[in-house]
Amino acid sequence: MGSVSFLSVTLTLLEGFLTTFLIFAVTLVAAIPLGLVVTFGSASKIKPISLVVRCFVWVIRGTPLLLQILVLVYGPGLVFGQQFYENSVGVMIAFIINYACYFSEIYRGGIESISRGQYEAGHVLGMTKGQVFFKVVLLQVVKHIIPPMGNEIITLVKDTSLVRIVGALMFLGTQHKEILGKSFEYVSVNALIWPLFYSGAFYLLFCGALTLLFGYIEKKLDYYKN
Amino acid sequence: MAVLEVKNITKNFGRVEVLKGIDFSLEKGEALSIIGSSGSGKTTLLRCLNFLETPENGEIYVDGECVFDAKTDKKLNAKELRNRQLNFGLVFQNFNLFPQYTVLDNVCLAPKLLAKNRPDFRANKKAIFAEIEENAREIIERVGMTSRIDMYPCQLSGGQQQRVAIARALALNPKILCFDEPTSALDPELTGEVLKVIRSLKDGDCTMVIVTHEMNFAKEVSDKIIFMDEGVIAEQGPPEIFDNPKTERLKAFLTAFGQ
Ligand SMILES: Nc1ncnc2c1ncn2[C@@H]1O[C@H](COP(=O)(O)OP(=O)(O)O)[C@@H](O)[C@H]1O
Ligand SMILES: [Mg+2]
Repeated sequence: MGSVSFLSVTLTLLEGFLTTFLIFAVTLVAAIPLGLVVTFGSASKIKPISLVVRCFVWVIRGTPLLLQILVLVYGPGLVFGQQFYENSVGVMIAFIINYACYFSEIYRGGIESISRGQYEAGHVLGMTKGQVFFKVVLLQVVKHIIPPMGNEIITLVKDTSLVRIVGALMFLGTQHKEILGKSFEYVSVNALIWPLFYSGAFYLLFCGALTLLFGYIEKKLDYYKN
Repeated sequence: MAVLEVKNITKNFGRVEVLKGIDFSLEKGEALSIIGSSGSGKTTLLRCLNFLETPENGEIYVDGECVFDAKTDKKLNAKELRNRQLNFGLVFQNFNLFPQYTVLDNVCLAPKLLAKNRPDFRANKKAIFAEIEENAREIIERVGMTSRIDMYPCQLSGGQQQRVAIARALALNPKILCFDEPTSALDPELTGEVLKVIRSLKDGDCTMVIVTHEMNFAKEVSDKIIFMDEGVIAEQGPPEIFDNPKTERLKAFLTAFGQ
């Protein structure tokens, strides 16, 4: 029997699939409700809150997930000289925050798509704001956001492959550590991390320009409501 | 005593004065029709009555009790505001039914939610909900929609949807029911069934404020007509003003409507 059989390949893939599925499930369970919190935060009447939340969403949506994972895995070590959590926890947090921000934008679109008449009908019937949201608007929003959520969730499945890259980077890091000894810190910080952070700024600039462009298009088309 | 008294209501949108001091009163069981050309402020007036807009000046009294006073009401809490607003019901031009609920649930939803404030709600939940449903079925019968009671709004014609919207408003038993051009969004052959329902309410003792372009209907069903023009009441009186308009503006308006 050869060392690489069909069966062993399948088993290895299945094992990988288990990690994928775990990341997928945890991200969804946490990011779906967290996204709603972010939506409410960015729509908050308290200006400082909405400003901070919007900025945060902008940065998260404007930088690659891979970069966010690296920041969470390596960041605390660089800033504080020690890591407070397992690498896998850092990866999970990055996934959850990233997807919560994307979901929040989808929710926002869904909520804005509901006609003003639905809210007004609810208010005139003596419902509270909460009742209007949960009893009248929510299910309509859910129906509206199913297609974009589907797209995003499929993207999530594919994004889980990033974890492999992080794993490989870490592996390389350990190899380097053995060869380079003390100078490892210097190399990893200067040759790996800071360039990554800096590249983040470029991504942000690029995506920022795109965000402005799409914001402009959205505004242009906002003169009519369905 | 008048069931509704409106005093000196004004409303601006930015620098545009849309209502420039509206005064009128209405006795219990009366029907008031508001006519006037598009943009004269009819919808805005109904929205002010239903607390969807806040007037800059003026007062509104229901049964002699002040429900709105522009000078003092700026910071009423939400609950108090809701209670006051429940004196009024509003039927929208474009129905605004809740698409995810059946006819019955559209009518029951608000009464069921309001029942949660009753002190005996927890103990009698089942009985209370049964009573609400019973009442809803009766009202649905009155608007002739019993055969469609389990259908969704998208399965109904415009006329049927508007009849359900009327039932939904009636279910909360408002003292004053307002209609904002209830037949304007309907095909001509569907207006009749809606007007018939409104007419039947008049035979009960519902007090109604009806914004409409159906002049014959207004003439026939109303106790009182208000003609609005550019944010003021240009003329008001009994339905006879259709035949003997005093002002040139009403004359011109009626001529345009082929009266
Ligand atoms: N939310 C709003 N913002 C700005 N202007 C408005 C708004 N609602 C109504 N208006 C203006 O107020 C005027 C009266 O409108 P409306 O009450 O709808 O008139 P009507 O129902 O008699 O046709 C119109 O000129 C309209 O453009
Ligand atoms: Mg109008």
